Amino acid sequence: MRDDEGAGTSGPDEALARRLKALACTAPLHDLDARKAKLDWADATVYQMAEIALHTIDQVTIAMDFDTGADHQQVVNRLLPFIAAQAPHRPATEHTRVARWVLDNLINVGTTDRGFRRVYGSVDGEGRYRRRAFDFKLLVELAAPDGEVYLRATDEAINVLVGALDTDVESAQIAAEVKLENLINRGRLADAKLAAEQARYRTVQYGETLRAKLEATRRDVRSVDWEREVPELLDAALTHIESRFRAETAILKNITASRDEATDPDRKRRAAELVDIVGDCVRRHTQLQSRLQAAGAVFRAEQDRQQFSGPPQRATIDVFGQLLVPTLGLPLADALRPASAFFHAGTGIGVPTVPSLSALVSLLLRPAPERDKVVGEVPDPELMPAEETDRYSDEQWRLADELLDLPEVPRRLSGLLAEARRSDPGVARLVALRALHAYGPEVGAAVRQGERRVLLAFDDGTALDDPEFGGADLLLQSAAVTSTDSSGSGGSAGGTGNPESEEVA
Amino acid sequence: MSAAYTTADTEAAARLVAFGMRPKQLPGRDVVYAELVRRYGEDSAFKQLTHSVAAGLGLLVLEVSMQAGAVLAATDESVFEIKMDSYARQSKIRERRDTEKVLHGLIHLATAALGFPRPDDLANDTYIGRVSVEQVDGVVREACRILDERAARAEANNDPLADAPELEQAWRAYARRPAAAATKDGRLAADTTRGMVARALRFLADQGFLVPVSGEQGGTYRTTPRYQVQVRELAADAAFDELLELGVVSVADGGGTLRATAPETL
Repeated sequence: MRDDEGAGTSGPDEALARRLKALACTAPLHDLDARKAKLDWADATVYQMAEIALHTIDQVTIAMDFDTGADHQQVVNRLLPFIAAQAPHRPATEHTRVARWVLDNLINVGTTDRGFRRVYGSVDGEGRYRRRAFDFKLLVELAAPDGEVYLRATDEAINVLVGALDTDVESAQIAAEVKLENLINRGRLADAKLAAEQARYRTVQYGETLRAKLEATRRDVRSVDWEREVPELLDAALTHIESRFRAETAILKNITASRDEATDPDRKRRAAELVDIVGDCVRRHTQLQSRLQAAGAVFRAEQDRQQFSGPPQRATIDVFGQLLVPTLGLPLADALRPASAFFHAGTGIGVPTVPSLSALVSLLLRPAPERDKVVGEVPDPELMPAEETDRYSDEQWRLADELLDLPEVPRRLSGLLAEARRSDPGVARLVALRALHAYGPEVGAAVRQGERRVLLAFDDGTALDDPEFGGADLLLQSAAVTSTDSSGSGGSAGGTGNPESEEVA
Repeated sequence: MSAAYTTADTEAAARLVAFGMRPKQLPGRDVVYAELVRRYGEDSAFKQLTHSVAAGLGLLVLEVSMQAGAVLAATDESVFEIKMDSYARQSKIRERRDTEKVLHGLIHLATAALGFPRPDDLANDTYIGRVSVEQVDGVVREACRILDERAARAEANNDPLADAPELEQAWRAYARRPAAAATKDGRLAADTTRGMVARALRFLADQGFLVPVSGEQGGTYRTTPRYQVQVRELAADAAFDELLELGVVSVADGGGTLRATAPETL
């Protein structure tokens, strides 16, 4: 989760691990482009998947507010113009599907943890090379208070996106600002837009830090340092907002003027975009500021709510501190015992149900519950027509039928194959397969299906001499099926599972 | 008190045990039940008889009171035992199955921790706690975050070893599991932590340990005296003994360790 893990210890190895982790975060994006050619539902090679993925992370990051972010559909909708621009002649349904595919892959739908894992090596204290796993996520799904699932970009994703690994939020903010002013002074709008966007990501990151702190406070006042740390954060954030407000108002004035004065339509458009972005920044700052102002009130309210109590009346176990936290800290193999012990003792008793006849009858007679009332509409699955599964054509089957209709004299497989090959090599294969099948005929099935004849094969030990197939040169004959089917059972019962005949297929 | 039990006494004792098997039935709402609970409290021979009947069935009487009713626990290998194997999702890979069991156990622990946040609350018979799906998940994630900070401060590199997944710490497995995931029909995915928490709370409600209050925060419940008894008299000790055996917990003072959290980074 953190890139600066253990930054205090020995030098080059730490930096190497950090860089490997940063590199790992980009792997899912490369992977998209590597796999796009293998998609079976479209020729997706025209799409630049890594670009779409970065754009997806952009969209999710931009939509991140204090409480919620964008849901899947919103993100897909915002991606569509970008994807459509890459392949305008393709249908809109395909664009949607590409968007979904990229989004699902960034979440890594289909794995239990919905994340990515990268193995990297590092040298430990004793100088041994150890393989370690780095788990990370790019987009995470969270549940909003109303139960809806929405997306947020992780720190890793924002770091990959902004491309500023291992930088201080504060200083990067200042750098971006200085860059922006310079750019505007020189009139380079494209770069100015980029810088403004980066500034916006920084602001979002700032808001995230504060949100996490407030959430931790809501859960437990004591877990956050409200004496020094948070007041410092609030002060810094307020100072930052103040300076940003000044800068952005100036920029807004400047750019609005240049938008109105510009004659070149492209320049005008880009200036208009920048005005939008800066306007959004201002809105975000207002939001951040109102949160900052309310933060103190949250702390006081939570402190009141989470009052401290007197000493315990009876010595009991502190479930959180003495059970939950130590168990969480154990390796999985060791944690199994305390976790199971608690589950076993804490879930009470299960009374075995004994079915009674009257209850069973009414249970069976009860009409099926209407699912609609429970989970809403059940989506109708879209069924694709099955692909052609017949390997052999009707004509080939007819020819094979003719060849294998042997009511009188048994014939050798080699002769049948030679005859079949004269008309069609495909027929020869079919004949060989059917002969193999006939070696262990399902006479019972033939009786049940009311067939009058069944093909029987018998192995008399002669080897098959054939360029295409190997095994035994079977003797084939059609046998009539009567209700007692006495005629055919000899051949099939004699089969001792000759392994050579397996080679035919 | 003579030890001559009549068949009527035995039937009454068995009936009290039978009442205990219906966790949602309470002495306050049933005259017969209340009378039996009263008798259990006053008549020590009857109390002994009830314990014997329960023991014969493979049950342990944890407490019999007006608030909680008869609270029973299953002994090992009893027919009334609830097996983790039948509760946790079955997985073919053994390590994966163990992970799943640990996560379920942790969620049950967190539910109890949130229901009775202080040792005092567990001891206080009149205390009623509130838990919700969102909070239970939040409590565990918060603890994971603190452990993550502690790990980050502690030493060089403690990312899990790639070739020994069973040595990975439990909090990493929990933190890695997504909280929520979108499904095609808009329901909560069962293998996310919120899905697992929701399942645990519903299960405990069926066992008469929680009572649903509202659908807020993914489902809000309040604890029952029965749950308090179960956690205090049996579950907490059972888990604590295991931890003591592993040597990871020292017997602390009454203040509780919940206060000892001081994260420095976020």
